[in-house]
Amino acid sequence: MSLQRTKAAPAVVIVEAPAQGSLWIAFKATLERDLTLMLRRRGELLNPLVFFALVVTLFPIGISPDPDMLALIAPGLLWVAALLAALLSLDSLFRTDYDDGSLEQLLLAPQPLAILSLAKVVAHWLFTGLPLALMAPLLGIMLALPAGSYAILSLSLAIGSASLSLIGAIGAALTVGIARGGVLLSLLILPLYIPVLIFGVGAVQAALLGEGVAAHLAMLGALLAASLLLAPWAIAASLRISING
Amino acid sequence: MSLCLEARQLACERDGRWLFEGLDLTVRSGEILRIEGPNGSGKTTLLKILAGQLGEYEGELYWNSTPLRKAREQFLANLLYLGHSPGVKAGLSPLENLAWYQALNGDKGSEEQRLEALAKVGLNGFEDVVAGQLSAGQQRRVALARLTLTRRALWVLDEPFTAIDRQGVTALEAQLAAHVQAGGCVLLTTHHALAVTSTVRCVQLG
Repeated sequence: MSLQRTKAAPAVVIVEAPAQGSLWIAFKATLERDLTLMLRRRGELLNPLVFFALVVTLFPIGISPDPDMLALIAPGLLWVAALLAALLSLDSLFRTDYDDGSLEQLLLAPQPLAILSLAKVVAHWLFTGLPLALMAPLLGIMLALPAGSYAILSLSLAIGSASLSLIGAIGAALTVGIARGGVLLSLLILPLYIPVLIFGVGAVQAALLGEGVAAHLAMLGALLAASLLLAPWAIAASLRISING
Repeated sequence: MSLCLEARQLACERDGRWLFEGLDLTVRSGEILRIEGPNGSGKTTLLKILAGQLGEYEGELYWNSTPLRKAREQFLANLLYLGHSPGVKAGLSPLENLAWYQALNGDKGSEEQRLEALAKVGLNGFEDVVAGQLSAGQQRRVALARLTLTRRALWVLDEPFTAIDRQGVTALEAQLAAHVQAGGCVLLTTHHALAVTSTVRCVQLG
């Protein structure tokens, strides 16, 4: 450190409010920061994907290799496995930020906390939900899922997992102050995951039966819209409670 | 324009024990307020309350004579808080860490500014090393670089001298003095004997 005592510092300015357009800069920087951090911890990034693949691989061995039977359970199995994989990765969403003190800095930023936490959730979805959705058709082949439903499987998982990330982040924010909050987190948010699961599986099954999938996808979209609107505020409030405790 | 943070009849209870009661304090431009007290006397809690981070307290806080709850946005835009944990991401380099902090304030900043701030805290040559590989003192210095990088009027510093070497301590003291001379104000806790020429007021806890 070589600060010169003689150099007069410029007078301190007291600002009225953060500058215009600063929210977008903060949002983008937080998103980029989380993506960079995730890319540097590739092992953790692969965890949910490996879990997803393992669960789906074990089912034909454990139940029966009969293609008809597998095709019957494939939509539900793929969705449940993807949901649990997404759940597995949620615990670490705010954990490291809480441990190293950057979470309190996030709370003290002169920007709405809801928007900044939304950036973190978007990063989580991009590297967890989206890869799971893209990987699902590959595992669908293993389960003899009939061709023609792959696109719907991916699409329903992509939309659904975004809701899962948003809802799950509320639980993650509530349990971040608790040393082993993983189990509590699952208990808290699994009930909230059920509607997403029902309509997600419904979409894939409708595609298999050749019925219209639009209604199911519309419901998934509605769930996503609702969680996009409400979850960020709930996450922000939960983070405040956790930091207070 | 001057600033003033005031607490009236502040009280905080933790686990059935009053950490402090009926505490009145005021910090104005050009002042250093030091909070003293033995371990566990509630120094960090008080700093967190004064930084608007904790909501569970009794009494009132005023920012330029407006209740803090109403002036929160303006208050946060003028606050720089360095907590117990430095808030430095182990997975990011010092440069990336600082870039995020600048962006949080809505300022993209420039690489030169950040390099200059890092050079000022003696981290030349470590700009691109992942912070997890730096020593505790060096990580602290990354956090301290925010003092030069982000110009804020009110500094709330929780044990800023922890893990900093002797030269660093002298430089930080000079920086604190320069800040209050320029019209800023500093709230801090430290066990270290402050060698600052400007007026330092003390609040004793516990």
